[in-house]
Amino acid sequence: MSLVWLVPLLPLLGFVLNGTLALVRPTAKTAVSVIGVGAVVAAFGVAVAVVRALAVGHAAEPVVFTYWSWMPVGSLQVNAALQVDPLSAVMLLVVTGVGSLIHLFSVGYMREDDGYARYFAYLNLFVFFMLTLVLGASFPVMFVGWEGVGLCSYLLIGFWFTEQINADAGKKAFIVNRVGDFGFLVAMFLIFQHAGSLNFTDVFAKARSLFPLGSAAVTAITLFLFLGCTGKSAQIPLYTWLPDAMQGPTPVSALIHAATMVTAGVYLVARCNLLFALAPVSSAVVAGVGALTALFAATIALKQWDIKRVLAYSTISQLGYMFLGVGTGGGATVAGIFHLATHAFFKALLFLGSGSVIYAIHHAYHATHSHEDAQDMRNMGGLKAHLPWTWVLMWIATLAIAGVPPLSGFFSKDEILSAAFARGGVERIWYLFWGMGLAAASLTAFYMTRLMLYTFHGPNRTGERERPLLREAPWVMTGPLVALGVLSAVGGVLNLPALLGGSSRLERWLAPVTEAGAALLPAHAVAPGTEWTLIGIAVAVALAGIAGALRMLRPADLLPAQLAPAETGFARVLWKKWYGDEIYDALIVRPIMWLSREVLWKIVDVRLVDGAGVNGAAAVSRALGWVGSRLQTGELGFYVVLFVAGVLFVLHVAVR
Amino acid sequence: MLLGPSLAVSAVLFTIGVTGVLVRRNAIVIFMCVELMLNAVNLTFVAFAQRLGVAGQIFVFFVMAVAAAEAAVGLAIILAIYRHLAPP
Repeated sequence: MSLVWLVPLLPLLGFVLNGTLALVRPTAKTAVSVIGVGAVVAAFGVAVAVVRALAVGHAAEPVVFTYWSWMPVGSLQVNAALQVDPLSAVMLLVVTGVGSLIHLFSVGYMREDDGYARYFAYLNLFVFFMLTLVLGASFPVMFVGWEGVGLCSYLLIGFWFTEQINADAGKKAFIVNRVGDFGFLVAMFLIFQHAGSLNFTDVFAKARSLFPLGSAAVTAITLFLFLGCTGKSAQIPLYTWLPDAMQGPTPVSALIHAATMVTAGVYLVARCNLLFALAPVSSAVVAGVGALTALFAATIALKQWDIKRVLAYSTISQLGYMFLGVGTGGGATVAGIFHLATHAFFKALLFLGSGSVIYAIHHAYHATHSHEDAQDMRNMGGLKAHLPWTWVLMWIATLAIAGVPPLSGFFSKDEILSAAFARGGVERIWYLFWGMGLAAASLTAFYMTRLMLYTFHGPNRTGERERPLLREAPWVMTGPLVALGVLSAVGGVLNLPALLGGSSRLERWLAPVTEAGAALLPAHAVAPGTEWTLIGIAVAVALAGIAGALRMLRPADLLPAQLAPAETGFARVLWKKWYGDEIYDALIVRPIMWLSREVLWKIVDVRLVDGAGVNGAAAVSRALGWVGSRLQTGELGFYVVLFVAGVLFVLHVAVR
Repeated sequence: MLLGPSLAVSAVLFTIGVTGVLVRRNAIVIFMCVELMLNAVNLTFVAFAQRLGVAGQIFVFFVMAVAAAEAAVGLAIILAIYRHLAPP
């Protein structure tokens, strides 16, 4: 287990080597592939060994490895330390495991790109920072990872930075995340002020005695932490950056903007579940924002035409579920982490599958020199004949995300919903959250079926000349899809509940992390009969969504993007994403621009800084210089008078 | 003994010297006023030497020697300037 430092170090090494190659020999693509994929696969191997050692060791306390003293300032002692405990172990396996598959996929997807070496350098750097984030033993070390993944996200969204729209999307992601990071920082300051330490073990050990249940301090801390989470994990009100982040390469969307980075907020809430359990108001806010985001984003996904944007809103919606889980607390924290893991499997599969579709269509359009949009579902259709593997695997992922048993998504989503329902027995508001989650589940099934219908079924709308050119991607791309398909299908066994004959392995595994927080919550459980009813309702709702989509949508009537008429009425509102971007633009962006231009620039900068500051200092110097020059009369007698006056003055001061 | 009166005389002499340097325009008179200031200082030295030991009296000899040298050089310069500028 002491080899845990190797896990983040290997991707860092990969970044250094690939970064050097990107500068020196960008054409050495074979070497770049070996280093880039090898580093992450090796990290996965070490991670497996570390987690096995942890499982054998049965350590009740987190195992902390301290390497050097990072910030010794007065009473603030921050060490560069890594922490291995059941929660970070789960994240470790998800990040390196899914990361390895996505790296492998990238080898095929990015093969013909000129920035191949740069791409893998960034991707390895991202994995390094993500591992720092999940392994950090204190808030500041975690924050380094938190900021680092933000940087890599920015670099990879704007990977094709020669197009203005991509560079803008990167900037948007970065700036929106700054708002959230401000919340994280303030939370850290407050924690240090109250607890005098920033190490996870110290803070959580003291938390019970420091913060009375529901005290203002812990509520403020958790709310600021959650502000950080809404930025990183794209929740209301800071969700707007994630759909734009789809401008990056598709494997990046799969790795960063679906499977790993955006789940960092869920991880943070789960990590601090004790603090959230001490602040019932914050827990309700987390669960409420999660449920609202799940529903809100699902409605937007109903009317998007860009295949990746559908998946982006789906990701936001699923992250909402995770927050509903970790916000409900106790056993539902485990359900949130469980959904994080299964979502990493099926959403990575969906993104990589969409990547494989885009790859096929892009190549067809490239061959015929067409400038059609390769990501618009109106230009797809009937692809199941051309991409049979992708078709089957994406259906598995679709059924998993829709919550159809016995696929993985069913178990995790059902656990979150039934935990929310159970807490509703104690606090009524959770019934509302449960209802919103249920509605979102139905919409999820609907929009995912819509995506599959429009992409793979019905007649093909790509174009007469392009149709013969559509074919399955090479094996280096379909291979990872198959692996993820298997995981999406059977991922549910990780935490099979006792009700269905399982042993809740993940729940027992995470018990050391969650039991302190769970002990604080009001007892809530539902009878097995009710639980069966809840499962029945959840499955019925999912199937209703799928059946509704199958009945209502007619892929045969769809027109290619160029010919399609504009949306009208309520569909237009959804297509325009409830005008979220426009509202933010009017309420926040424009006032800030106005303030910057009219006040900060034209008054503060031009008048105060330039006028009073710079030119003012020059005017004072010149005035003093003029006075000095008047004294230079050239008359000796006058100088002597001044000299004597000066001597008298000095004597006066000195004698007194 | 008589420290106060001695210093008073010295101060008066020095002030006369300074005022002379400031207000007169005749080089010879300015020169004489400088000598007046030097000797005011000498008087102070001698007065203090009564209390603080013989060093002050020795200083007075130095000042006299320097003043003599200065007078010689200064008068020589004044004379040279006069010869240079005076109408033939």
